[in-house]
Amino acid sequence: MSNAIHILGAGMHPWGKWGEHFTRYGVHAARAALAEAEVAWRDVGFISGAATMRCGYPGYVAGATFAQALGWQGAQVNTSYAACASGAQALAAARAKIAAGECEVALVIGADTTPKGFLKPQAGERPDDPDWVRFRIGITNPTYFALYARRRMALYGDTSEDFAAVKVKNAAHGAKNTNARYRKTFTAEDVAQSPVVADPLRLMDVCATSDGGAALVVCSADYARAKGKQHTPRIAGISTATPTFASATVEMPDLATDSTAAASPHSFRATLPLAAFEQAGIGPEDVDVAEVYDLSTALELDWMEDLGLCARGEAAQWLRRGDTRIGGKLPVNPSGGLACFGEAVPAQAIAQVCELHWQLSERAGERQVEGARVGITANQGLFGHGSCVIVER
Amino acid sequence: MTAAKIRPALEGYLTERDGKPHLLGSRCTACGTYYFPRLDSFCRNPACDSTDFEEVPLSRSGRLWSYTNAAYQPPAPYIPVKDPYEPFAIAAVELEREGMIVLGQCAEGIAVEDLRVGTPMELIVEPLFSDDEGDAIIWKWKPQAAGADA
Ligand SMILES: [Zn+2]
Repeated sequence: MSNAIHILGAGMHPWGKWGEHFTRYGVHAARAALAEAEVAWRDVGFISGAATMRCGYPGYVAGATFAQALGWQGAQVNTSYAACASGAQALAAARAKIAAGECEVALVIGADTTPKGFLKPQAGERPDDPDWVRFRIGITNPTYFALYARRRMALYGDTSEDFAAVKVKNAAHGAKNTNARYRKTFTAEDVAQSPVVADPLRLMDVCATSDGGAALVVCSADYARAKGKQHTPRIAGISTATPTFASATVEMPDLATDSTAAASPHSFRATLPLAAFEQAGIGPEDVDVAEVYDLSTALELDWMEDLGLCARGEAAQWLRRGDTRIGGKLPVNPSGGLACFGEAVPAQAIAQVCELHWQLSERAGERQVEGARVGITANQGLFGHGSCVIVER
Repeated sequence: MTAAKIRPALEGYLTERDGKPHLLGSRCTACGTYYFPRLDSFCRNPACDSTDFEEVPLSRSGRLWSYTNAAYQPPAPYIPVKDPYEPFAIAAVELEREGMIVLGQCAEGIAVEDLRVGTPMELIVEPLFSDDEGDAIIWKWKPQAAGADA
Protein backbone atom coordinates (compact mmCIF):
# COMPACT_ATOMS: atom_id res chain seq x y z
CA MET A 1 0.00 0.00 0.00
CA SER A 2 3.04 2.27 0.19
CA ASN A 3 2.37 3.38 -3.38
CA ALA A 4 -1.21 4.43 -2.57
CA ILE A 5 -1.94 8.06 -3.34
CA HIS A 6 -4.83 10.09 -1.97
CA ILE A 7 -7.55 11.85 -3.91
CA LEU A 8 -8.06 15.32 -2.47
CA GLY A 9 -10.56 16.59 -4.97
CA ALA A 10 -12.47 15.80 -8.17
CA GLY A 11 -14.11 18.05 -10.70
CA MET A 12 -15.99 17.91 -13.98
CA HIS A 13 -17.37 20.12 -16.67
CA PRO A 14 -20.87 18.81 -17.42
CA TRP A 15 -20.97 16.47 -20.43
CA GLY A 16 -22.89 17.65 -23.46
CA LYS A 17 -22.53 18.78 -27.05
CA TRP A 18 -21.40 22.27 -26.24
CA GLY A 19 -19.10 22.81 -29.24
CA GLU A 20 -16.52 24.83 -27.31
CA HIS A 21 -12.73 24.46 -27.20
CA PHE A 22 -11.75 21.42 -25.09
CA THR A 23 -9.48 23.60 -22.94
CA ARG A 24 -12.55 25.35 -21.56
CA TYR A 25 -13.93 22.06 -20.18
CA GLY A 26 -10.55 21.02 -18.81
CA VAL A 27 -9.93 24.26 -16.96
CA HIS A 28 -13.45 24.25 -15.55
CA ALA A 29 -12.95 20.68 -14.26
CA ALA A 30 -9.47 21.47 -12.90
CA ARG A 31 -10.62 24.53 -10.98
CA ALA A 32 -13.52 22.55 -9.49
CA ALA A 33 -11.14 19.76 -8.43
CA LEU A 34 -8.61 22.22 -6.95
CA ALA A 35 -11.39 23.99 -5.04
CA GLU A 36 -12.69 20.74 -3.60
CA ALA A 37 -9.13 19.74 -2.70
CA GLU A 38 -8.41 23.15 -1.15
CA VAL A 39 -5.15 23.15 -3.10
CA ALA A 40 -3.82 26.23 -4.91
CA TRP A 41 -2.85 25.72 -8.56
CA ARG A 42 0.63 27.06 -7.74
CA ASP A 43 1.13 24.14 -5.32
CA VAL A 44 0.61 21.53 -8.05
CA GLY A 45 3.99 19.99 -8.94
CA PHE A 46 2.91 17.80 -11.82
CA ILE A 47 0.20 18.13 -14.43
CA SER A 48 -0.76 14.88 -16.12
CA GLY A 49 -2.95 15.34 -19.18
CA ALA A 50 -4.91 12.82 -21.21
CA ALA A 51 -4.58 13.64 -24.91
CA THR A 52 -7.33 14.14 -27.44
CA MET A 53 -6.68 13.28 -31.09
CA ARG A 54 -9.57 15.37 -32.40
CA CYS A 55 -8.58 18.87 -31.42
CA GLY A 56 -5.32 19.44 -33.30
CA TYR A 57 -1.86 19.99 -31.82
CA PRO A 58 -3.08 21.45 -28.51
CA GLY A 59 -4.87 18.13 -27.97
CA TYR A 60 -1.72 16.06 -28.58
CA VAL A 61 0.05 18.05 -25.87
CA ALA A 62 -2.97 18.34 -23.60
CA GLY A 63 -0.96 18.45 -20.37
CA ALA A 64 0.90 21.58 -21.45
CA THR A 65 -2.22 23.08 -23.04
CA PHE A 66 -4.05 22.88 -19.71
CA ALA A 67 -0.99 24.11 -17.80
CA GLN A 68 -0.79 27.19 -19.99
CA ALA A 69 -4.52 27.82 -19.71
CA LEU A 70 -4.34 27.59 -15.92
CA GLY A 71 -1.25 29.85 -16.01
CA TRP A 72 2.34 28.63 -16.40
CA GLN A 73 3.76 28.06 -12.94
CA GLY A 74 6.67 25.77 -13.78
CA ALA A 75 5.06 22.39 -12.93
CA GLN A 76 6.41 19.20 -14.48
CA VAL A 77 4.21 17.98 -17.32
CA ASN A 78 3.19 14.76 -19.06
CA THR A 79 0.61 13.83 -21.69
CA SER A 80 -0.74 10.28 -22.09
CA TYR A 81 -2.59 8.73 -24.97
CA ALA A 82 -4.22 5.30 -24.75
CA ALA A 83 -7.54 5.86 -26.56
CA CYS A 84 -10.40 5.40 -24.06
CA ALA A 85 -7.88 4.36 -21.39
CA SER A 86 -5.88 7.62 -21.62
CA GLY A 87 -7.21 8.90 -18.31
CA ALA A 88 -6.01 5.84 -16.41
CA GLN A 89 -2.55 6.23 -17.92
CA ALA A 90 -2.48 9.89 -16.92
CA LEU A 91 -3.44 8.86 -13.39
CA ALA A 92 -0.77 6.12 -13.37
CA ALA A 93 1.82 8.69 -14.45
CA ALA A 94 0.82 10.92 -11.53
CA ARG A 95 1.07 8.01 -9.09
CA ALA A 96 4.54 7.11 -10.39
CA LYS A 97 5.72 10.73 -10.06
CA ILE A 98 4.44 10.93 -6.49
CA ALA A 99 5.82 7.48 -5.58
CA ALA A 100 9.21 8.52 -6.94
CA GLY A 101 9.18 11.45 -4.55
CA GLU A 102 9.34 13.94 -7.41
CA CYS A 103 6.17 15.78 -6.46
CA GLU A 104 3.64 15.98 -3.62
CA VAL A 105 0.51 17.05 -5.47
CA ALA A 106 -0.52 16.31 -9.05
CA LEU A 107 -3.40 17.39 -11.26
CA VAL A 108 -4.79 14.73 -13.61
CA ILE A 109 -6.98 16.12 -16.35
CA GLY A 110 -8.72 15.15 -19.58
CA ALA A 111 -11.21 16.91 -21.84
CA ASP A 112 -12.60 16.51 -25.32
CA THR A 113 -14.66 18.25 -27.96
CA THR A 114 -16.28 15.70 -30.28
CA PRO A 115 -17.53 16.06 -33.82
CA LYS A 116 -21.23 15.56 -34.56
CA GLY A 117 -22.53 12.09 -35.49
CA PHE A 118 -20.69 8.76 -35.92
CA LEU A 119 -17.01 8.53 -35.11
CA LYS A 120 -15.50 7.72 -38.47
CA PRO A 121 -12.05 6.93 -39.84
CA GLN A 122 -9.84 9.51 -41.50
CA ALA A 123 -10.55 10.15 -45.18
CA GLY A 124 -8.64 8.67 -48.13
CA GLU A 125 -7.90 5.15 -49.40
CA ARG A 126 -5.84 3.45 -46.70
CA PRO A 127 -6.07 -0.33 -47.21
CA ASP A 128 -3.12 -0.94 -44.85
CA ASP A 129 -5.06 0.49 -41.91
CA PRO A 130 -7.30 -2.12 -40.22
CA ASP A 131 -9.68 0.66 -39.18
CA TRP A 132 -10.16 1.69 -42.81
CA VAL A 133 -10.58 -1.92 -43.95
CA ARG A 134 -13.34 -2.76 -41.49
CA PHE A 135 -15.30 0.40 -42.33
CA ARG A 136 -14.96 -0.42 -46.06
CA ILE A 137 -16.65 -3.75 -45.29
CA GLY A 138 -19.33 -1.97 -43.27
CA ILE A 139 -18.20 -3.06 -39.80
CA THR A 140 -18.81 -0.17 -37.39
CA ASN A 141 -18.28 0.15 -33.63
CA PRO A 142 -21.80 -1.06 -32.77
CA THR A 143 -21.08 -4.22 -34.81
CA TYR A 144 -18.63 -5.39 -32.14
CA PHE A 145 -20.93 -4.50 -29.23
CA ALA A 146 -23.75 -6.37 -30.94
CA LEU A 147 -21.63 -9.48 -31.53
CA TYR A 148 -20.80 -9.60 -27.81
CA ALA A 149 -24.45 -9.01 -26.90
CA ARG A 150 -25.74 -11.77 -29.19
CA ARG A 151 -23.12 -14.12 -27.79
CA ARG A 152 -24.46 -13.47 -24.26
CA MET A 153 -27.96 -14.26 -25.44
CA ALA A 154 -26.81 -17.57 -26.92
CA LEU A 155 -24.59 -18.61 -24.01
CA TYR A 156 -26.41 -17.30 -20.94
CA GLY A 157 -29.98 -16.70 -22.08
CA ASP A 158 -29.78 -12.92 -21.70
CA THR A 159 -32.60 -11.10 -23.49
CA SER A 160 -33.15 -7.74 -25.16
CA GLU A 161 -35.30 -6.91 -22.12
CA ASP A 162 -32.24 -7.43 -19.90
CA PHE A 163 -30.22 -5.04 -22.02
CA ALA A 164 -33.04 -2.51 -21.86
CA ALA A 165 -33.09 -2.91 -18.08
CA VAL A 166 -29.44 -1.79 -17.94
CA LYS A 167 -30.42 1.42 -19.74
CA VAL A 168 -33.43 1.98 -17.49
CA LYS A 169 -31.26 1.50 -14.38
CA ASN A 170 -28.45 3.76 -15.58
CA ALA A 171 -30.89 6.44 -16.73
CA ALA A 172 -32.43 6.44 -13.24
CA HIS A 173 -28.94 6.90 -11.76
CA GLY A 174 -27.89 9.60 -14.22
CA ALA A 175 -31.11 11.57 -13.75
CA LYS A 176 -29.65 12.55 -10.36
CA ASN A 177 -26.26 13.60 -11.74
CA THR A 178 -25.87 17.25 -12.73
CA ASN A 179 -22.71 16.39 -14.73
CA ALA A 180 -24.55 13.88 -16.94
CA ARG A 181 -25.60 14.88 -20.46
CA TYR A 182 -28.81 12.81 -20.52
CA ARG A 183 -30.81 13.28 -17.35
CA LYS A 184 -34.11 11.78 -18.38
CA THR A 185 -35.52 8.53 -17.01
CA PHE A 186 -36.66 5.90 -19.49
CA THR A 187 -38.86 2.82 -19.43
CA ALA A 188 -38.14 -0.56 -20.99
CA GLU A 189 -40.79 0.37 -23.55
CA ASP A 190 -38.89 3.51 -24.55
CA VAL A 191 -35.81 1.39 -25.24
CA ALA A 192 -37.80 -1.23 -27.14
CA GLN A 193 -39.27 1.48 -29.34
CA SER A 194 -35.92 2.95 -30.32
CA PRO A 195 -34.69 1.71 -33.71
CA VAL A 196 -32.39 -1.29 -34.07
CA VAL A 197 -28.84 -0.14 -34.85
CA ALA A 198 -27.01 -3.48 -34.82
CA ASP A 199 -29.27 -6.40 -33.97
CA PRO A 200 -29.95 -7.10 -31.07
CA LEU A 201 -28.90 -3.60 -29.94
CA ARG A 202 -31.11 -0.57 -30.34
CA LEU A 203 -30.20 3.09 -30.45
CA MET A 204 -30.78 3.41 -26.71
CA ASP A 205 -28.50 0.43 -26.00
CA VAL A 206 -25.50 2.19 -27.54
CA CYS A 207 -23.70 5.22 -26.10
CA ALA A 208 -23.21 8.55 -27.86
CA THR A 209 -20.09 10.74 -28.04
CA SER A 210 -19.93 13.88 -25.94
CA ASP A 211 -17.92 16.91 -24.99
CA GLY A 212 -16.78 16.94 -21.39
CA GLY A 213 -13.90 17.37 -18.97
CA ALA A 214 -12.80 15.70 -15.74
CA ALA A 215 -9.97 16.29 -13.30
CA LEU A 216 -8.52 14.85 -10.10
CA VAL A 217 -6.15 16.33 -7.54
CA VAL A 218 -4.03 13.54 -6.07
CA CYS A 219 -1.22 13.63 -3.54
CA SER A 220 1.20 11.61 -1.42
CA ALA A 221 0.16 10.08 1.90
CA ASP A 222 2.50 12.51 3.69
CA TYR A 223 0.93 15.54 2.03
CA ALA A 224 -2.57 14.29 2.86
CA ARG A 225 -1.56 13.82 6.50
CA ALA A 226 0.04 17.26 6.69
CA LYS A 227 -3.19 18.80 5.42
CA GLY A 228 -5.31 16.76 7.85
CA LYS A 229 -6.80 14.88 4.90
CA GLN A 230 -5.46 11.40 5.62
CA HIS A 231 -9.00 9.98 5.58
CA THR A 232 -9.66 10.95 1.96
CA PRO A 233 -10.10 8.10 -0.56
CA ARG A 234 -6.91 6.39 -1.72
CA ILE A 235 -6.03 5.00 -5.12
CA ALA A 236 -5.02 1.47 -4.11
CA GLY A 237 -4.49 -0.05 -7.53
CA ILE A 238 -4.17 0.98 -11.17
CA SER A 239 -3.86 -1.46 -14.04
CA THR A 240 -2.82 -0.25 -17.48
CA ALA A 241 -2.38 -3.82 -18.78
CA THR A 242 -1.96 -4.92 -22.37
CA PRO A 243 -3.59 -8.15 -23.63
CA THR A 244 -2.07 -11.60 -23.35
CA PHE A 245 -1.55 -13.56 -26.55
CA ALA A 246 -3.65 -15.32 -27.80
CA SER A 247 -6.42 -12.76 -27.35
CA ALA A 248 -9.54 -14.75 -28.17
CA THR A 249 -12.18 -12.01 -28.41
CA VAL A 250 -12.55 -10.17 -31.67
CA GLU A 251 -11.71 -6.57 -30.81
CA MET A 252 -12.34 -3.30 -32.56
CA PRO A 253 -10.94 -2.56 -35.17
CA ASP A 254 -9.74 -6.07 -36.05
CA LEU A 255 -11.37 -8.47 -38.52
CA ALA A 256 -10.08 -11.54 -36.69
CA THR A 257 -8.88 -12.70 -33.28
CA ASP A 258 -5.41 -13.98 -32.55
CA SER A 259 -4.95 -17.62 -33.53
CA THR A 260 -4.93 -20.11 -30.66
CA ALA A 261 -3.12 -22.72 -32.79
CA ALA A 262 0.07 -22.37 -30.71
CA ALA A 263 -1.00 -20.53 -27.53
CA SER A 264 -3.92 -20.83 -25.14
CA PRO A 265 -6.79 -18.34 -25.40
CA HIS A 266 -7.04 -15.33 -23.08
CA SER A 267 -9.78 -12.77 -22.52
CA PHE A 268 -8.36 -9.26 -22.28
CA ARG A 269 -11.29 -7.87 -20.32
CA ALA A 270 -10.83 -10.63 -17.73
CA THR A 271 -7.05 -10.24 -17.36
CA LEU A 272 -6.82 -6.44 -17.33
CA PRO A 273 -8.13 -5.98 -13.75
CA LEU A 274 -5.77 -8.53 -12.19
CA ALA A 275 -2.85 -6.14 -11.62
CA ALA A 276 -5.13 -3.63 -9.88
CA PHE A 277 -6.51 -6.28 -7.51
CA GLU A 278 -2.99 -7.49 -6.79
CA GLN A 279 -1.72 -3.99 -5.96
CA ALA A 280 -4.71 -3.31 -3.72
CA GLY A 281 -4.40 -6.69 -2.03
CA ILE A 282 -8.13 -7.27 -2.31
CA GLY A 283 -10.46 -9.40 -4.40
CA PRO A 284 -13.68 -8.78 -6.32
CA GLU A 285 -15.71 -9.87 -3.27
CA ASP A 286 -14.48 -6.73 -1.46
CA VAL A 287 -15.93 -4.30 -4.02
CA ASP A 288 -18.91 -2.15 -2.96
CA VAL A 289 -19.45 -0.04 -6.10
CA ALA A 290 -18.29 -0.19 -9.74
CA GLU A 291 -18.04 2.23 -12.66
CA VAL A 292 -17.65 0.19 -15.85
CA TYR A 293 -17.44 1.17 -19.50
CA ASP A 294 -20.97 0.64 -20.82
CA LEU A 295 -20.33 1.46 -24.47
CA SER A 296 -23.41 -0.72 -24.84
CA THR A 297 -25.93 -1.89 -22.26
CA ALA A 298 -24.89 -5.54 -22.75
CA LEU A 299 -21.23 -4.67 -22.25
CA GLU A 300 -21.97 -3.58 -18.67
CA LEU A 301 -22.97 -7.20 -17.98
CA ASP A 302 -19.76 -8.50 -19.58
CA TRP A 303 -17.69 -6.18 -17.40
CA MET A 304 -19.34 -7.36 -14.19
CA GLU A 305 -18.28 -10.90 -15.00
CA ASP A 306 -14.84 -9.95 -16.31
CA LEU A 307 -14.13 -8.08 -13.08
CA GLY A 308 -15.25 -11.14 -11.14
CA LEU A 309 -18.01 -9.17 -9.39
CA CYS A 310 -20.37 -12.04 -10.19
CA ALA A 311 -20.01 -15.51 -11.68
CA ARG A 312 -19.71 -15.89 -15.46
CA GLY A 313 -23.16 -15.79 -17.04
CA GLU A 314 -24.93 -14.47 -13.94
CA ALA A 315 -24.78 -10.70 -14.47
CA ALA A 316 -28.30 -10.52 -15.88
CA GLN A 317 -29.64 -12.34 -12.81
CA TRP A 318 -28.01 -9.70 -10.58
CA LEU A 319 -29.55 -6.99 -12.74
CA ARG A 320 -33.01 -8.55 -12.62
CA ARG A 321 -32.87 -8.81 -8.82
CA GLY A 322 -31.96 -5.13 -8.58
CA ASP A 323 -28.53 -5.90 -7.10
CA THR A 324 -26.77 -3.42 -9.39
CA ARG A 325 -28.91 -0.36 -8.82
CA ILE A 326 -28.23 2.18 -6.10
CA GLY A 327 -29.57 0.55 -2.94
CA GLY A 328 -28.72 -2.93 -4.24
CA LYS A 329 -25.85 -5.03 -2.98
CA LEU A 330 -23.35 -3.88 -5.65
CA PRO A 331 -24.40 -0.73 -7.50
CA VAL A 332 -22.92 -0.53 -11.00
CA ASN A 333 -22.56 2.83 -12.73
CA PRO A 334 -24.15 4.98 -10.03
CA SER A 335 -23.01 8.01 -12.08
CA GLY A 336 -25.34 6.90 -14.87
CA GLY A 337 -22.40 5.57 -16.87
CA LEU A 338 -21.81 6.18 -20.54
CA ALA A 339 -25.53 5.67 -21.07
CA CYS A 340 -26.09 9.09 -19.48
CA PHE A 341 -22.78 10.76 -20.24
CA GLY A 342 -21.88 9.69 -23.76
CA GLU A 343 -18.20 9.13 -24.34
CA ALA A 344 -15.69 11.98 -24.02
CA VAL A 345 -12.65 9.80 -24.67
CA PRO A 346 -9.77 11.40 -22.71
CA ALA A 347 -12.01 12.45 -19.84
CA GLN A 348 -13.99 9.27 -19.36
CA ALA A 349 -11.61 7.08 -17.35
CA ILE A 350 -10.94 10.10 -15.09
CA ALA A 351 -14.68 10.71 -14.74
CA GLN A 352 -15.11 7.13 -13.52
CA VAL A 353 -12.60 7.79 -10.72
CA CYS A 354 -14.27 11.14 -9.92
CA GLU A 355 -17.50 9.27 -9.27
CA LEU A 356 -15.78 6.75 -6.99
CA HIS A 357 -14.14 9.62 -5.12
CA TRP A 358 -17.51 11.25 -4.50
CA GLN A 359 -19.10 7.95 -3.54
CA LEU A 360 -16.34 7.02 -1.10
CA SER A 361 -16.18 10.47 0.46
CA GLU A 362 -19.98 10.61 0.78
CA ARG A 363 -20.37 13.57 -1.55
CA ALA A 364 -22.58 11.78 -4.09
CA GLY A 365 -25.81 13.36 -2.86
CA GLU A 366 -28.91 11.64 -4.17
CA ARG A 367 -26.74 8.99 -5.87
CA GLN A 368 -24.96 8.02 -2.67
CA VAL A 369 -24.15 4.33 -2.29
CA GLU A 370 -24.46 3.93 1.47
CA GLY A 371 -21.34 2.74 3.24
CA ALA A 372 -19.22 2.28 0.11
CA ARG A 373 -15.58 1.67 1.07
CA VAL A 374 -14.13 0.02 -2.05
CA GLY A 375 -14.82 1.02 -5.64
CA ILE A 376 -13.50 -0.19 -8.96
CA THR A 377 -13.46 1.20 -12.49
CA ALA A 378 -12.95 -0.69 -15.73
CA ASN A 379 -12.40 0.49 -19.25
CA GLN A 380 -10.64 -0.62 -22.38
CA GLY A 381 -8.98 1.53 -25.01
CA LEU A 382 -8.55 0.58 -28.66
CA PHE A 383 -5.36 -1.22 -29.69
CA GLY A 384 -4.77 -3.07 -26.41
CA HIS A 385 -5.13 -0.56 -23.58
CA GLY A 386 -6.56 -1.86 -20.34
CA SER A 387 -7.66 0.46 -17.56
CA CYS A 388 -8.79 -0.51 -14.09
CA VAL A 389 -8.58 1.63 -10.96
CA ILE A 390 -9.37 0.59 -7.39
CA VAL A 391 -10.25 3.30 -4.87
CA GLU A 392 -10.57 2.67 -1.13
CA ARG A 393 -11.27 4.65 2.00
CA MET B 1 -24.59 -8.02 -72.38
CA THR B 2 -20.89 -8.17 -71.56
CA ALA B 3 -19.66 -10.10 -68.52
CA ALA B 4 -18.88 -7.76 -65.62
CA LYS B 5 -15.21 -7.47 -64.85
CA ILE B 6 -14.29 -8.81 -61.43
CA ARG B 7 -11.60 -7.52 -59.09
CA PRO B 8 -10.93 -7.99 -55.37
CA ALA B 9 -12.26 -5.18 -53.17
CA LEU B 10 -9.18 -5.66 -50.96
CA GLU B 11 -5.85 -6.81 -52.36
CA GLY B 12 -4.33 -9.94 -50.85
CA TYR B 13 -7.25 -11.14 -48.75
CA LEU B 14 -8.60 -13.92 -50.99
CA THR B 15 -7.25 -16.93 -52.82
CA GLU B 16 -8.65 -20.00 -54.55
CA ARG B 17 -7.99 -23.75 -54.15
CA ASP B 18 -9.60 -26.39 -56.37
CA GLY B 19 -11.99 -23.79 -57.71
CA LYS B 20 -13.16 -22.77 -54.26
CA PRO B 21 -12.58 -19.41 -52.55
CA HIS B 22 -10.52 -19.19 -49.37
CA LEU B 23 -9.30 -16.37 -47.18
CA LEU B 24 -5.58 -15.90 -47.71
CA GLY B 25 -3.76 -15.99 -44.39
CA SER B 26 -0.23 -16.69 -43.29
CA ARG B 27 1.29 -19.12 -40.83
CA CYS B 28 4.42 -18.85 -38.72
CA THR B 29 6.68 -21.69 -39.83
CA ALA B 30 8.20 -21.94 -36.35
CA CYS B 31 5.22 -22.08 -33.99
CA GLY B 32 2.28 -22.63 -36.34
CA THR B 33 0.31 -19.50 -35.40
CA TYR B 34 -2.06 -18.35 -38.16
CA TYR B 35 -2.62 -14.75 -39.20
CA PHE B 36 -5.47 -13.03 -40.98
CA PRO B 37 -4.97 -10.60 -42.58
CA ARG B 38 -1.58 -12.04 -43.60
CA LEU B 39 1.42 -11.13 -41.51
CA ASP B 40 4.99 -11.52 -42.76
CA SER B 41 6.99 -9.38 -40.33
CA PHE B 42 7.26 -10.67 -36.74
CA CYS B 43 5.38 -13.52 -35.11
CA ARG B 44 3.13 -12.12 -32.36
CA ASN B 45 3.39 -15.18 -30.14
CA PRO B 46 5.53 -13.97 -27.19
CA ALA B 47 7.13 -17.43 -27.04
CA CYS B 48 8.30 -17.20 -30.67
CA ASP B 49 10.74 -14.82 -32.35
CA SER B 50 10.28 -16.12 -35.87
CA THR B 51 10.20 -13.88 -38.90
CA ASP B 52 9.46 -16.72 -41.29
CA PHE B 53 5.93 -17.11 -42.65
CA GLU B 54 4.17 -19.11 -45.32
CA GLU B 55 1.00 -18.04 -47.12
CA VAL B 56 -1.89 -20.41 -46.42
CA PRO B 57 -5.50 -20.62 -47.50
CA LEU B 58 -7.65 -20.61 -44.35
CA SER B 59 -10.45 -23.09 -43.65
CA ARG B 60 -13.49 -22.06 -45.62
CA SER B 61 -15.97 -23.33 -43.08
CA GLY B 62 -16.51 -22.88 -39.38
CA ARG B 63 -19.13 -22.36 -36.70
CA LEU B 64 -21.07 -19.15 -36.17
CA TRP B 65 -19.64 -17.53 -33.01
CA SER B 66 -22.01 -14.58 -33.13
CA TYR B 67 -23.85 -12.35 -35.59
CA THR B 68 -25.50 -8.98 -36.05
CA ASN B 69 -26.44 -6.61 -38.85
CA ALA B 70 -25.82 -3.08 -40.06
CA ALA B 71 -29.29 -1.64 -39.74
CA TYR B 72 -28.11 1.81 -40.86
CA GLN B 73 -25.81 2.59 -43.75
CA PRO B 74 -22.24 2.60 -42.43
CA PRO B 75 -20.16 5.76 -42.99
CA ALA B 76 -17.47 6.03 -45.69
CA PRO B 77 -15.22 4.34 -46.71
CA TYR B 78 -18.18 1.93 -46.91
CA ILE B 79 -19.56 2.24 -50.43
CA PRO B 80 -23.36 2.18 -50.64
CA VAL B 81 -24.71 -0.55 -52.93
CA LYS B 82 -28.45 0.02 -52.82
CA ASP B 83 -30.67 3.05 -52.83
CA PRO B 84 -32.55 3.10 -50.56
CA TYR B 85 -30.16 1.35 -48.19
CA GLU B 86 -30.88 -2.26 -47.26
CA PRO B 87 -29.43 -3.74 -44.06
CA PHE B 88 -26.98 -6.62 -44.36
CA ALA B 89 -26.10 -9.28 -41.81
CA ILE B 90 -22.60 -9.69 -40.35
CA ALA B 91 -21.13 -12.96 -39.06
CA ALA B 92 -18.26 -13.84 -36.71
CA VAL B 93 -17.17 -17.36 -37.65
CA GLU B 94 -14.89 -19.57 -35.55
CA LEU B 95 -12.36 -21.53 -37.64
CA GLU B 96 -11.39 -24.70 -35.79
CA ARG B 97 -8.00 -25.50 -37.28
CA GLU B 98 -6.77 -21.91 -37.06
CA GLY B 99 -8.30 -21.25 -33.63
CA MET B 100 -9.50 -17.85 -34.75
CA ILE B 101 -12.73 -15.94 -35.26
CA VAL B 102 -13.11 -14.06 -38.55
CA LEU B 103 -15.69 -11.38 -39.30
CA GLY B 104 -17.39 -10.74 -42.59
CA GLN B 105 -20.62 -9.72 -44.20
CA CYS B 106 -23.21 -12.45 -44.75
CA ALA B 107 -24.20 -13.49 -48.26
CA GLU B 108 -26.87 -11.52 -50.09
CA GLY B 109 -30.32 -12.54 -48.91
CA ILE B 110 -29.18 -13.80 -45.48
CA ALA B 111 -30.82 -11.95 -42.59
CA VAL B 112 -30.26 -12.22 -38.84
CA GLU B 113 -33.45 -14.29 -38.65
CA ASP B 114 -31.67 -17.00 -40.70
CA LEU B 115 -28.78 -17.29 -38.25
CA ARG B 116 -28.16 -19.08 -34.99
CA VAL B 117 -25.00 -19.23 -32.87
CA GLY B 118 -23.24 -22.56 -33.54
CA THR B 119 -24.55 -22.96 -37.10
CA PRO B 120 -21.98 -24.35 -39.58
CA MET B 121 -21.03 -21.57 -42.01
CA GLU B 122 -19.14 -21.52 -45.27
CA LEU B 123 -17.26 -18.87 -47.16
CA ILE B 124 -18.32 -17.57 -50.57
CA VAL B 125 -17.37 -14.53 -52.63
CA GLU B 126 -19.80 -11.86 -53.75
CA PRO B 127 -19.57 -8.25 -54.82
CA LEU B 128 -18.93 -5.81 -51.96
CA PHE B 129 -19.84 -3.02 -54.40
CA SER B 130 -19.92 -2.42 -58.15
CA ASP B 131 -18.74 0.54 -60.18
CA ASP B 132 -17.76 1.47 -63.75
CA GLU B 133 -14.85 -0.98 -63.57
CA GLY B 134 -17.11 -3.92 -62.66
CA ASP B 135 -17.65 -5.88 -59.44
CA ALA B 136 -15.33 -5.54 -56.46
CA ILE B 137 -15.60 -8.85 -54.67
CA ILE B 138 -15.17 -9.76 -51.00
CA TRP B 139 -15.58 -12.84 -48.80
CA LYS B 140 -18.99 -13.39 -47.22
CA TRP B 141 -20.39 -16.02 -44.89
CA LYS B 142 -23.50 -18.12 -45.40
CA PRO B 143 -25.05 -21.04 -43.54
CA GLN B 144 -23.56 -24.24 -44.94
CA ALA B 145 -25.81 -26.19 -47.27
CA ALA B 146 -26.62 -29.64 -45.84
CA GLY B 147 -24.03 -32.21 -46.99
CA ALA B 148 -21.59 -29.61 -48.35
CA ASP B 149 -17.92 -30.41 -47.73
CA ALA B 150 -15.42 -28.10 -46.13
ZN1 LIG C 1 5.64 -18.04 -34.34
